[in-house]
Amino acid sequence: MNERITAQISSHRFLALPFILWAMFFIVLPLFFVLGTGLTNEAGDVTLANLLTVLQSEYLRALGLSVELALISTFICLLLAYPLCLILKAKRDKRGLLVFLLFLLPLWMNSLLTTMAWQTILEKHGLINMFLSYLGLPAVHLINTPAAIIIGMVYNFLPYMVLPLYVSLSRIDESIVEAARDLGANFWRTLRHVLLPLSLPGIVSGCTMVFIPALTTFVISALLGGNKVLLVGNIIEQEFTAAYDWQLGSALSMVLMVFIILNILLEAFTDNGEHRKKGRP
Amino acid sequence: MEKLKKTYLGAIVLFLYAPILVLIAQSFNASRYRGQWTGFTWGWYERLIENEEIIAAFTNTLTIGVTSAVFATMLALVTALGMRQMGSRGRMLFRGLANVPLLNADIVTGISLMLLFLGVGLRLGYDTILLAHIVISLPYAMLCILPQVLAMDDVCYEAARDLGATPFTAFCKVILPELVPGIMAAFLLSFAMSADDFIVTYFTKGAGIETLTTEIYSELKLGVHPEMYALSALFFCGVLVFSALLMVNYKVIRRYREAGRKGAEA
Amino acid sequence: MHKELLRLERINKSYDGRKILEDLDLTIHENEFVTLLGPSGCGKTTILRLIGGFERPDSGKIWFDGQDITSLQPEKRQVNTVFQKYSLFSHMDVAENIAFGLKLKGKSRNYIRDKIKYALKLVNLDGYEHARVTQMSGGQQQRIAIARAIVNEPKVLLLDEPLSALDLKLRQNMQRELVKIKRELGITFVFVTHDQEEALSMSDTVVVMNQGWIQQIGTPENVYNEPENAFVADFIGDSNIIDGIMIKDKLVHILGRDIPCINTGFGEEAPVDVQIRPEDIQICAPDQGQFQGIIKQVVFKGTVYDITVLAAGFEWLVQTITGHEQGSEVGLRLAPANIQIMAKPASEDEEAVSDE
Repeated sequence: MNERITAQISSHRFLALPFILWAMFFIVLPLFFVLGTGLTNEAGDVTLANLLTVLQSEYLRALGLSVELALISTFICLLLAYPLCLILKAKRDKRGLLVFLLFLLPLWMNSLLTTMAWQTILEKHGLINMFLSYLGLPAVHLINTPAAIIIGMVYNFLPYMVLPLYVSLSRIDESIVEAARDLGANFWRTLRHVLLPLSLPGIVSGCTMVFIPALTTFVISALLGGNKVLLVGNIIEQEFTAAYDWQLGSALSMVLMVFIILNILLEAFTDNGEHRKKGRP
Repeated sequence: MEKLKKTYLGAIVLFLYAPILVLIAQSFNASRYRGQWTGFTWGWYERLIENEEIIAAFTNTLTIGVTSAVFATMLALVTALGMRQMGSRGRMLFRGLANVPLLNADIVTGISLMLLFLGVGLRLGYDTILLAHIVISLPYAMLCILPQVLAMDDVCYEAARDLGATPFTAFCKVILPELVPGIMAAFLLSFAMSADDFIVTYFTKGAGIETLTTEIYSELKLGVHPEMYALSALFFCGVLVFSALLMVNYKVIRRYREAGRKGAEA
Repeated sequence: MHKELLRLERINKSYDGRKILEDLDLTIHENEFVTLLGPSGCGKTTILRLIGGFERPDSGKIWFDGQDITSLQPEKRQVNTVFQKYSLFSHMDVAENIAFGLKLKGKSRNYIRDKIKYALKLVNLDGYEHARVTQMSGGQQQRIAIARAIVNEPKVLLLDEPLSALDLKLRQNMQRELVKIKRELGITFVFVTHDQEEALSMSDTVVVMNQGWIQQIGTPENVYNEPENAFVADFIGDSNIIDGIMIKDKLVHILGRDIPCINTGFGEEAPVDVQIRPEDIQICAPDQGQFQGIIKQVVFKGTVYDITVLAAGFEWLVQTITGHEQGSEVGLRLAPANIQIMAKPASEDEEAVSDE
């Protein structure tokens, strides 16, 4: 008996024990609380009423809009990030970390403040319209529209796309790209046949890291959408702080969790495939 | 082609920094209103320093940030050391569990924790914010520490034991120094995640206490105060300092690794 | 000689402010096996990349079959490269890797299938069409890289230190195979290596380089037996290099003695570098030798003995097939034909361009 204990202790595995307790209590249990609240009414009986309410048209519309805007933002982030990562990858050896930090810094700037700044830029008399009127062009109505929210999302979440994408692309040795060109492929064919397939895990990872926050934000839509554009995040926030219908809010959160889990599965699936392909380490 | 690349990079940089520049510029604008520039002033900075609520919120952010970072780093370190001895299946399970807050939406994490705290009878306040921040920082701390711990060589530790050191001494003198860069990075990153968090804090703070981010949010709802711009400019300076720390840390890691390599070649 | 196929004319290339190649001229002929040999940093890989099109020269021209290809994109050049790291496409299997270039050219499926079969047979990997490249050994990956390049029937095959990652036995096998492949395909090989044995054993022509300058161009025997300067003499094989003075034609003064040799044309009383290969020095009785000394060290190498002799103040490296005893007094004899005279470099660390 003593030997087993000393063996356990000297194997140090017991050190991981606190984490198990922590994870059970602070990661797993809270999710059950959400499930619990979402599936009960105020009296405490189990019911599906909350979920059914969620499936009503107004909530579905908000959900649909959230998904639509999140998808568009994710796509735009990908479109912007891919060329960026390609350029950075080629420049890698020169001033590496400095360039990296240059693009990372805005990520650490407080997102509330920068979103507030976008208000200034997109307003009726904001910077963009001031610039346009200076050129004699008509003003554009950007603030409080879905377009403004998309701009806000792209701004806030672009670094989340760039990071995993850059890691994935930088793993592709430059000589592979040269080999493709050596064999006769121009840039576009190299992109299609070599770069895209090999960077797929990074693409999926980046999309995952952008889609979820974009889907569930409420700050960006509050500041840049006014009260005119309501996303799922806003509704949930309102249910918890203003309307005090926590059951409904939890039910909505459960619906969001479905999307989140799907997303995670998608990423795990592509990542696993890559692991199997790699074969030898 | 080169010019096109440079233009694209420049455009992205402009896009990323435009709002920040707007904030900094506005912080010196004597006019309250965003459309006009009426003169250069330090006034808003002065008013900022005198704003009690902001100072209180800032202090909270700092203390919660440091405390949660310390706990998150320690927990990550202990867990990583325990994970060393596990098979790949166990590690995958742990990694997956640890990453849940990372992959989950902030709003779900915030709400779930709030329901938990209230469900077990805790009052929402400083302590619950602290716990919540440890939850969200932990995955990032693990991300910094785990790779280093797993890649660590047993050889030096065994050599120390062979020379007569107790496990604890060997740990302190051999293992810990090697992990310092990872630990530093974990600490800095945890602090950054804690200081920057809004949504989780928003739900777990209850009434009567604010951190910097929630204070900003409540002020924004009331209408923009020019002090916010001054705060933004100061915030940006903080971020610059933080990045400098990170760069120094990275250089230390690099020099450390090179010294190790040279030592091995010698 | 065969007709000229590839010519680099007055190439200048700098990188990061450092001059890698200066005013370099090089001609490569059809069906030649040319090896660019030199230590790391000498510019040989840069030359390869210039030919392949992955770098552009700062100034100068590159001629291919009479056409100026200096600014031609790599995908449009009729050369193919075997990369040092093999650079196979890990998301494709062997057949797809090999077919890559052919598919881009729009060849028919039957043509491609036949070509793949032929290529795999040539590199001794029959039947591996559907193997995953990531699960193959280094030597196998190397051969797939070669197959992938040659199916495109390039006029010139560029090989960038392709064997450096393989262990000795495998490397020697691959060297023989490469020569066999070249003979069967009848195309020009431009091979880059820092391993002089590799260069000597495989090539028709060896180009010895150092610090961006061509030191000597010649056949393997030529470069080994008649090195034109101290660098070549020292880089290829072992050498004893001694300061000497050319008294007059066919007579050189080294270490206090006048020794007859066969070289002419260096003038009178000219300072020169004198090179003697270890295997060309005879150990004899002290009174029969031109120099007298003591054996300091004897190392048995399997096929030969490496013997260090201290004589006339110089540490000689001598290679013999019979052993001698350490500490014994011996004499050293040099046959005139085995002494190679080389001009001293004009400046201290200048690496002179060899004038042909």
